[in-house]
Parts: sequence; structure tokens; C-alpha cells
Amino acid sequence: MQIHDTPTLKAEARNLNFYYGEVKALKSINMPIYDKKVTALIGPSGCGKSTYLRSFNRMHDLYPGNRYEGEIRFYPDNTNLLSPEVDPIEVRMRLGMVFQKPNPFPKTIYENVAYGLRVRGENNSRVLDDKVEQALRGAAIWDEVKDRLQEMAPNLSGGQQQRLCIARALATDPELLLFDEPTSALDPIATGAIEELVHELKKRVTILIVTHNMQQAARVSDYTAYMYLGELIEFGKTDEIFIKPQDKRTEDYITGRMG
Amino acid sequence: MNESQHLSSQFDDELSRLRTHVLQMGGLVETQVSAAIDAYSTGEIASVKTIVETDRKVNDLEKAIDDDCAHVIAKRQPTASDLRLILGISKIVTDLERAGDEAKKIAKGVRRIYENGHLPGQYGVGVRHLAEAALTMVRQALDAFARLDTPQAANVIRADTDVDAEFKSIIRQLITHMMEDPRTITTSIDIIWIARAIERIGDHAKNISEQVVFIVEGRDIRHTKEKAN
Repeated sequence: MQIHDTPTLKAEARNLNFYYGEVKALKSINMPIYDKKVTALIGPSGCGKSTYLRSFNRMHDLYPGNRYEGEIRFYPDNTNLLSPEVDPIEVRMRLGMVFQKPNPFPKTIYENVAYGLRVRGENNSRVLDDKVEQALRGAAIWDEVKDRLQEMAPNLSGGQQQRLCIARALATDPELLLFDEPTSALDPIATGAIEELVHELKKRVTILIVTHNMQQAARVSDYTAYMYLGELIEFGKTDEIFIKPQDKRTEDYITGRMG
Repeated sequence: MNESQHLSSQFDDELSRLRTHVLQMGGLVETQVSAAIDAYSTGEIASVKTIVETDRKVNDLEKAIDDDCAHVIAKRQPTASDLRLILGISKIVTDLERAGDEAKKIAKGVRRIYENGHLPGQYGVGVRHLAEAALTMVRQALDAFARLDTPQAANVIRADTDVDAEFKSIIRQLITHMMEDPRTITTSIDIIWIARAIERIGDHAKNISEQVVFIVEGRDIRHTKEKAN
């Protein structure tokens, strides 16, 4: 299947380097992220894919000694997410993140989703109710939890918790969703539900997903980036990467030839 | 094409077994075609039976290889060059099986001709030459597959044009014969069927070569003017 439309840019890494202290973890990454598309980051452990993902919402700022060089341009306003003048809190308002292990707050289902809105100063209970319902519907978990919104979130199953975390991320209308191996702790059924959800979500939000599961990258993404030792080796349409990759290193990785 | 080893040596074994089976099947088809041509030249119709029997083995191999392809897809979810190899193989075996069918048709046509008399001498050379060209194409296509050799595949694709032209010229000759002497019509029609089968064998060899290009380079050159380099 060909992707015919010319995609617009949502974000773009330009000569991005990243250092954990002295260690250079990302090496001049140049890569587009297309609007309302799913981009998968694949590569062996330690290749820098999570480091790259976490650069977008400035998670590395939390530790001293970490250092960025280069830019991540965010469109349509052409903001450099990495600029020291840009407040990381502002950045995180526009980006949502979902982690490998579901990490609901030790609060009720309702409060988990409402939390981000309250932090942003929303206190009108009708608005909150609406937004919570929308987000839960968006994350395809509304029908399962609508009658138990006041129950504690950690009592949900793993797959439900993960969808709740997605709802929490959606509640604040992010422009870009970052998924860091969102299904590696889930069973195949829950994984299928999340993948289906990703497919739905891309109608309204851009998604960047790190995954160890190559078949998952092939199934859910429109574009795939293969990273190795901190470098971007190959970026292209998923259909092309999985049938005819251009670089031998990509080929070796996706065909299971890399030792 | 990627020659380095998979992390799973079992996967390597499965793929190499598949390739061996395809070559084994190709070898059988090659003998069928070659025996059919010999029968045409010599009138040795005893070999017709062997050709028909070989066809059963070819059919069984086709099914076995398709089955193995399905298993590899289900178990390994092959990607990139592995995926192209599996897709290519499953198309190649279809062409091989059909080439085998054509050899069977030649054999049966030969039996009809010789049972009704003998082959008029003037028909021999052109058809034999056509048949040799098609047989060479089959051999080269199998070689190209075995060595994943795209220049060789390109040779086969080019050769098909000559075979097609030669086939047309044989048909023209036969039409002339039939008009000159209507008593030759029955034999001429049998020979047309034989020439047609030979020409089809050339087409199958060409298809196989196109799959070799797809397996190696990921380019689909079917139904295009695009040539393998």
C-alpha cells in the first residue's frame, strides 16, 4: 500500500546530539515527524531510541549533566523544543507521554484523567466531567470504566491501566503523543487493543512510538526509523523499510540477523 | 541478497531447505522439458510415460514447497530479503509447475504425431531450435535463482524476445505448409501446439527470472519495459 498524500511536518530533529555527561547518546539526528502519522523508532537496546523520544518532552532536563545540542523544531509555530528559553512545563503541555509500565496515580480512575486538567486550572466540574469522558472514550476504555469512575485506578488490569494512562495523556489535548514501548508489559489481547487504539488516535494526533517488537512497528506505523549506536541509520515509509530497506544494517536487524 | 546468518539457525535451515527443494523441483522440470524435446526429435515415445510420471512428482513438490512457505510465514514473520525470498519462491514454483505441464503437453503431442505416422522432416529443425532456446532459458533461470544472479536473470528476460519471434516465424511457416498441402493440416496443428507449449516454457523461465530480480533487488519488473540491469 502506498501513502499518496504528501504529509506535513509536525516536528523535526535537526542535528540533534545528546550527552549523558561525557557519553554521547545521540549523534546528529536529522529526522522528520509527520503530522497525524505514526512514526516508529526501532533498534537494539541502547541504540538511543528512548533517549531520542525523551528529548521531545525534555525529560532529560530532570538530571544534571545531561546536555542537548541542535534542535527539535515543533510546528506549526516553529518552536525549538530544546531552546533554553522554552519552559519544559510548556512543552509537556503540548506533548503526552505513555510509558512501558502503566503508571496510574494512586487515585481514582476519574482523578487520574482529571488531574492534568486541574493542574492547568480547570475546576468547573461539568467541563471536567466532559473532558474525562471524552478522554476515556478516546482511549477506548469508557465502556469498561464508566460505572466505576470512583474506583482506585491501580485495581484495573494491566491493559486497562495502560489505556487509562493513554486517556490521561489525551485529556489535555496533546499535539504529539510519545509512546515508550507501551505494550511490552501487556498480553497479546491488551496489545491488540492498544494497537487498534493507536490506529484510531492518529486521526487526530501525531504519534511517535518506541518499540522492541518489529511486527508491531510494521503493523502500527506509517514511518519507521532504525537507530543504531545513537545514529539514525535509516528513515522511511514503513512499507518500504520492511520489504526493501536501503541499508544493510537495517536489513540485518529487521530480519533477525544481528548478533 | 543477505547472506549473513540469522540469530536463529533453525530459520536459516528452513530457508536453505526451501531453496534446495525449489532447485530439486527445477531439476525435475528441466529433465521433463529436455526429454520431451528428445522425444520430438527421435520419435522415442516410450519416454512420454516417464514425463507424465515426473509431472506427478513436480506437482507434489509444488504443494510441499507452498506448504513450507506458509509455515515459514506463520512461524517467522519474515521481513525484507527473507520476505521477498518466500514470496518469490511461492511464485517461482507456480511457474515451474506450469512449465512441467507444458512439457507434458509436448510429450502427448509427440505421441499423437508418431502414432499417426512420422514427423515430416521439414518441420524438425525450427521447432528443435526453439526448444533448445527455451530449455536454455529454463536452465539459466534456475541458475540465476540458485546464485541469486541478476545479470543472468536479465539474459533470460532478453532471450524471451528471441523465442517469441522464432515462435511466430514457425507459425508462419506452418501456415504456408498447410495452404500448400492440406494433407499436412493434422500434423501441422499438433506441431503448432508443441511450438506453443515451448514458447510458454520460455515465458515461465522469464517469469522466474523476474522473481529473481524481485528477490535480490526488491524491484517488481513484471509487465514493465524496465530491464533487469
